[in-house]
Amino acid sequence: MSESASRPGKLRLLVGKVGLDGHDRGVKIIARALRDAGHEVIYTGLHQTPEMVVATAVQEDVDAVSLSILSGAHKTLFPRVIDLLRKARLPVPVFGGGIIPEEDFAFLKRRGVKAIFTPGASTQEVIDWVARNIHPRAPARASVARPRARLEKRKKGPVRAGSPKRRRS
Amino acid sequence: MKRDSGVLTRRRARREWETETLRDSLQRSPERRPTFTTISGVPIERLYTAEDLEHWDPEEKLGQPGVFPFTRGPYPTMYRGRLWTMRQFSGFGTPQDTNRRYRYLLEHGQTGLSVAFDMPTLMGLDSDDPRSLGEVGREGVAIDTLSDMEALFADIPLARVSTSMTINAPAAVLLAMYLAVARKQGADWGALQGTVQNDILKEYIAQKEWIFPPRPSIRIIVDMIAFCTDRVPKWNTISISGYHIREAGSTAAQELAFTLADGIGYVQACREAGLEVDSFAPRLSFFWNAHSDFFEEIAKYRAARRIWSNVMRGRFGAKDPRSWTLRTHAQTAGCSLTAQQPQNNIVRVALQALSAVLGGTQSLHTNSMDETLGLPTEQAVTIALRTQQILAEETGVANTIDPLAGSYFMESLTDRIEREALDLIETIDGMGGIVAAIEQGFPQREIAEASFRYQRELERGEKVMVGVNRYTEGAASDIETLKISPSVEPRQIRALQKVRKKRDERAHRRALAALVEAARGGTNLLPPILDAVEAYASVGEICSALRGVFGAYREEKTYF
Repeated sequence: MSESASRPGKLRLLVGKVGLDGHDRGVKIIARALRDAGHEVIYTGLHQTPEMVVATAVQEDVDAVSLSILSGAHKTLFPRVIDLLRKARLPVPVFGGGIIPEEDFAFLKRRGVKAIFTPGASTQEVIDWVARNIHPRAPARASVARPRARLEKRKKGPVRAGSPKRRRS
Repeated sequence: MKRDSGVLTRRRARREWETETLRDSLQRSPERRPTFTTISGVPIERLYTAEDLEHWDPEEKLGQPGVFPFTRGPYPTMYRGRLWTMRQFSGFGTPQDTNRRYRYLLEHGQTGLSVAFDMPTLMGLDSDDPRSLGEVGREGVAIDTLSDMEALFADIPLARVSTSMTINAPAAVLLAMYLAVARKQGADWGALQGTVQNDILKEYIAQKEWIFPPRPSIRIIVDMIAFCTDRVPKWNTISISGYHIREAGSTAAQELAFTLADGIGYVQACREAGLEVDSFAPRLSFFWNAHSDFFEEIAKYRAARRIWSNVMRGRFGAKDPRSWTLRTHAQTAGCSLTAQQPQNNIVRVALQALSAVLGGTQSLHTNSMDETLGLPTEQAVTIALRTQQILAEETGVANTIDPLAGSYFMESLTDRIEREALDLIETIDGMGGIVAAIEQGFPQREIAEASFRYQRELERGEKVMVGVNRYTEGAASDIETLKISPSVEPRQIRALQKVRKKRDERAHRRALAALVEAARGGTNLLPPILDAVEAYASVGEICSALRGVFGAYREEKTYF
């Protein structure tokens, strides 16, 4: 918590359940933990397509998107959300968790996923990672014309798949 | 009088022990923690004695095996007569892939099949639906049309195996496909044995794989129950499931209460539709989660049987003792498995399976050690199956009925869990029954709360998961996992498109139109679904036709 204490930024975070699987125990725990940590959490509910998630992200003007996938479709769905976010000119960081074998981490990292939390990760790990790696996107959120999304330089997180590289949109 | 003096002597002895032996011991070294609780948070005393069962009447609370209230088990001989059915849930990839796994399992001594469908099938979507992208054949086998079901059971005589199908929202369609395959094999429907899960209420509560809103969903279920009672009399038409409620994070008592309340809801719906309770109740079955808190789990199975028999005899006036019996399947708790040090899962599963057996389950699935990482490999499944065989053949636990009965602790815990569950059922009754309670989000909220509470206890170290928050190891363990080939999805889509091209388009359209007609009216939906299936209409086409009449379910609010 040391780093986060020095930068107590309240974030708008989209917590999404993409794909067909209905396992929402983990995602609800994460949503509640992030909310209790002081962030504004928008939970999409179940059975969202990538298009629906991205539409919500744009509408809610979020600082990051996190996805929970336990259906094995992560290699399809994560890249799809990232591509659609980029097309929507909202290239915010995407992270997530679920049942994801370690051997797929490298692929997901290459496709722009910033961190993967697998079963056994504590809510505190997620909260700390968010505090270190996600930043408010723009100072004037209320303005009508949304400022062009801009990626800030990020430090590499200590958690499994924090990516030091950023993808340019 | 004599008994009273015995009670007094026991009390005196207990007080003496407390003031002398125990106090000294506690002064020398305190206990490991101030309070002890089960994994569900039920407080556990230091010691249970005859005092705890002072007003406990074995005749009333236990009875005899196979006799009301069935605490000791649903059958008079239990495992001495017949061991539990060893039933490993499996399915992946294409129907051909899964067919090979089934034949392997049957060759290795498994005694029943259990079909796992992929996510699109569970949601009533075809493999080429845009929403199925990336999910085809991943978590289970992909079934689109009757042609897939034929391949799934190729060279497996349906008259001789018993088959459980884990399918809920589109259960009527998959059951119809199974019946159609049986007909093609020349198997008599009267001889078919098996189960469809078909428990939609727990989907709204916990697993969240739904298609239609609750009320039309229940109509379909009632239609299936009526149809099978008549035509497929040995089939278990519903498996009322606590498993997923527990996986979603409920306590043991919540698992019991919400599941039995679902059961009450189904019985009520069938009666309202004019079915006589004893005509269908003997075919209702249940499905529990075999979780990690050993004694609490055994108590749960025992309390479940006692509550259900009272509900069926008391509340519903069932006369047939078979209607009073709760028969159950059990599966070890997926959520208790760890990705860290996955070999430890073998031990967890063995202990959970032991509790299910001591609790008197009728069939059992033991999870494979690698299931937090993906679908299980053949080797992992074999170890899981061997675990059951070791329990059955080596440990001696199947030699006598309900061996823990009469234990001060076991009976106190059974009573306590029964009471807790009954209180919750009463709350649900007060809300107007389970459907109303679900619409108000009551079970959903209770579960989310319990799940968050457990997570906090875990993170504070008050509850322990070995390898996760204690006895951790740095390096990730390297075990083999099952890979689903990326070619499964395109292959399955091609097969579906081939069926669409080959089938008699007019017969297919006619069958779907007749189905829509039946859905709008009030006639039983099973015959038109069977016709549609036999005209090679796909799962997605049939469900979408029904969705046109019944509408689609949306979760109104989400609690977290």
